Amino acid sequence: MTQTTEVTSPQSDPSATVVGTGTLATRIIGSAALIATAWLVAFGLGFSPADRDQDESVRIMYVHVPSIWVAYVAFVVTAVCSGAYLLSKRRALGFDRVAGASAEIGALFVAVTLVSGMLWGRLTWGVFWQWDARLTTTALLFVTYIGYLAVRRLGGDHHQRARRSAVIGLLAVLLIPLVHWSVVLWRSLHQEATVLRPDGQVSMGGLMLFSLFVGVVAFSLIYLWLVIHRSRVSALADLADDRLLADALVARRDEGRADADDPMNQGGKR
Amino acid sequence: MMRWRHALMIARKDMLVEWRSRIATNQVLPFALVTMVLFAFALDSESVLQRVAPGLVWLAVMLSMLVLVQRAASLETEDHALDALRISGVDPASVFWGKSMALAAQLVVLEVVLVAAAVIFYRAEVPVGGIVLLVTSMLTATAGIAFVGTLYGGLAAGISGRETLLPLLVLPVVAPVLIGATRALESALGTAGAVTSEGWPWMGLLAVFTVTYGVAGSLAYGPLTDD
Repeated sequence: MTQTTEVTSPQSDPSATVVGTGTLATRIIGSAALIATAWLVAFGLGFSPADRDQDESVRIMYVHVPSIWVAYVAFVVTAVCSGAYLLSKRRALGFDRVAGASAEIGALFVAVTLVSGMLWGRLTWGVFWQWDARLTTTALLFVTYIGYLAVRRLGGDHHQRARRSAVIGLLAVLLIPLVHWSVVLWRSLHQEATVLRPDGQVSMGGLMLFSLFVGVVAFSLIYLWLVIHRSRVSALADLADDRLLADALVARRDEGRADADDPMNQGGKR
Repeated sequence: MMRWRHALMIARKDMLVEWRSRIATNQVLPFALVTMVLFAFALDSESVLQRVAPGLVWLAVMLSMLVLVQRAASLETEDHALDALRISGVDPASVFWGKSMALAAQLVVLEVVLVAAAVIFYRAEVPVGGIVLLVTSMLTATAGIAFVGTLYGGLAAGISGRETLLPLLVLPVVAPVLIGATRALESALGTAGAVTSEGWPWMGLLAVFTVTYGVAGSLAYGPLTDD
């Protein structure tokens, strides 16, 4: 039994344990996100005027529109990182973790868009849900990324996970153009785009546009903060997985050695 | 040229496996017909059934496709058949095309039977003027579904729990085909006063979808099955 002490794995050294995922950079981004959110509340709920047609319900837009933009960006980031993982010679898992984190946060923002859109629809159209092109395709987008996240949890080693989910991430992003132009493709009930229009004209009042801009900044900062933390957490989770395996191997080896030393055992063999 | 020959060989192999087991004809086809009958029980109105017949046909096709793909995925997992195929030196794109062709062939047979069932059970009518649109849209949509099914089936092969994962992954992806193919079929059959010319723009959507997944699948099948 004395021999077990000399084969302690170097990985289980407690001093090497990482305590949190925060750094100076994330603290700055986090504080900026808090300040921007406070601004958004002030502008969205206070300074910006009520709309002529939509009345007070227009304020939902300051959450609804930025969240879907950030979701689009998040899914594009997922696709880009997925492509980078597949193309990089070293197959760096860092790309995969950012892709996964981004998709997770993106799905969250699509959920925010859907819920805020339903509330707005109840106030403006009188119903929560319409079987309209924009709504239907956005719901599809949400379900598709739920599927992507399910693929990430399938198990197998880290590179298997990364390869599978990279392919799905690249395929899923093809839906975004369909969602964005569905309003043009099918003449639908949903508003046509007011800011990102094909003809480049913006049709919105100045203060409203500024509030929307504040919303985009705030949501982008929140996204950035969450993605950095989330990908660091998954790096730690991967590390913990690897260590569990290494520790299990060491423990198994010790067991074998202890068995060989056991005089009872040897007596039995003779 | 070599790639095409390999693809055809793989298609023939898959068809032969299906032919010998007769799962597709003895189980999947009856399953599709049962869903058609169940739709009739649920809706329970002749005029409604006639109105929604095109959508029900395609819904039954999608559900049967899932069953076919799951069955193919478990066949590939048994005895590591997919691994053997991978180390045989055949280009993954050829494997993808071969498997897609075999799946498409089975789906076409299924669709012919289901349209016939719609004519018999749901009193759908097939006008002569709509036959060109009917055939083109069905073939395009079938190719698109077969590409998606093969691609995700390759992912699901070798994974435990694919029975629950595959529908979640595949159904959202083929939803545009369900929309496009249903509208095209409505126009071809003249359901609820639809005109044949209204169906052709939907053919455009189906064609774009099919080409996209054909290209994406040829590129992605290798990395996806390369475990």
